[in-house]
Amino acid sequence: MHSFEYHTPKTLKAAAKLAASLGRPAFLAGGQTLLPEMKGRRAAPSDLVTLSGLLSKKIKMSGDTLLIGAGATHAEIAEDPLVTKHLPALADLASQVGDPQVRHRGTLGGSLAANVPAGDYQAACWALDAEIHTVTRVISTRDFFTGAGTTALEKGEIVTAVTFRTTNKAYFTKILDPAARSPLVGVFVALLEDGPRIAVSGARSTGAYRHEAAEAALTQDFSVTAVEDIKTPEGEMMSTLYADERYRAHLVNILIRRAVGGC
Amino acid sequence: MTQVSMTVNGKMVSKDIDPRMLLVDFLREKLTLTGTHTGCETSHCGACTLHVDGRAVKSCTMLAVECDGRDILTVEGVSADGSHPMQKAFTDHHGLQCGYCTSGMIMIGLDIAKRHGTPDRETIRTELKGNICRCTGYQNIVSAIEAGAVATTDAVENEDA
Repeated sequence: MHSFEYHTPKTLKAAAKLAASLGRPAFLAGGQTLLPEMKGRRAAPSDLVTLSGLLSKKIKMSGDTLLIGAGATHAEIAEDPLVTKHLPALADLASQVGDPQVRHRGTLGGSLAANVPAGDYQAACWALDAEIHTVTRVISTRDFFTGAGTTALEKGEIVTAVTFRTTNKAYFTKILDPAARSPLVGVFVALLEDGPRIAVSGARSTGAYRHEAAEAALTQDFSVTAVEDIKTPEGEMMSTLYADERYRAHLVNILIRRAVGGC
Repeated sequence: MTQVSMTVNGKMVSKDIDPRMLLVDFLREKLTLTGTHTGCETSHCGACTLHVDGRAVKSCTMLAVECDGRDILTVEGVSADGSHPMQKAFTDHHGLQCGYCTSGMIMIGLDIAKRHGTPDRETIRTELKGNICRCTGYQNIVSAIEAGAVATTDAVENEDA
């Protein structure tokens, strides 16, 4: 790990102001994406600004959306009674992120800010019209995720909370890489008041997206039969050592069926 | 250098360290607590698992400076002589071969017991996702945690009574 200056600001406002004035700063929340990157020297921030104790962990209903503080860990989201009641599929998703040790440290805000290509929450954000609150503004999912590993966050901008539309009819499922046990492809299906949503993570190199063909099929008939013949174009898929375009497209088709069946 | 103070196995410690020092290296190099092992160093294997504020984490994926003011429990703090029911279960069920992953397995085993009480084997297998035994001795590790969780839960209930 390269050396860095370590900062412990007392407030979020001070953290944002400080980071904006530094060379190559990084915010440290749970560190479960950032620290492995730093250990591998793929990330080498000049300054690490810790957000420990500064981020809200509060989870509450805000109108008809569920608002989750950016500092809530995956384990806290998975166990929270409000999440379990109003958006059980998100609690289920959180209970499957990484492994128990990662879930005890990793936070929602950190996951979204890191925006790893196969991140599970991204699918939930696309399916549930998530809005990402920062210290200065509110950003829609469409505007927030700008590509694998990148977001619309500006230097010194900190994610403070996320809102999700709620539904009891939703399901998340994913396929893990058999060796690394990291997600290859994930699918989040939700039936909202204004129609069905299907979002896919880990499939396109540009990040998670809504599967419009499958959504159209489900609008007519919300059933496994309706999505049986969905053919995801291979050309849209990314290709990695363990999963080429054809295999990924196949996984998307299968997972859509499983997710609809799980609703 | 940054000063860091934390409670390790019930004792307050305070040291000046480089902020990039990982928690696992702090324990091994500064405190000579070598029960916590460095395995893969890439956050996959879980050999470095210990408890921070009562929850299992990977100590290779936390900076020591992040633990300022926190409460750390390593395998050395579980019991003075290896007599904790979870440790005893690993002996009784031969839950180790080379022993490298064992302290991490015991620490996640205690965490599993704390969260699940007396889980079934399938739950234990799912919960072991972040701990790798490269000898592949999982059958006995699962048996050890299964028995250790029952014994740990019994011990806690007896204490309460």
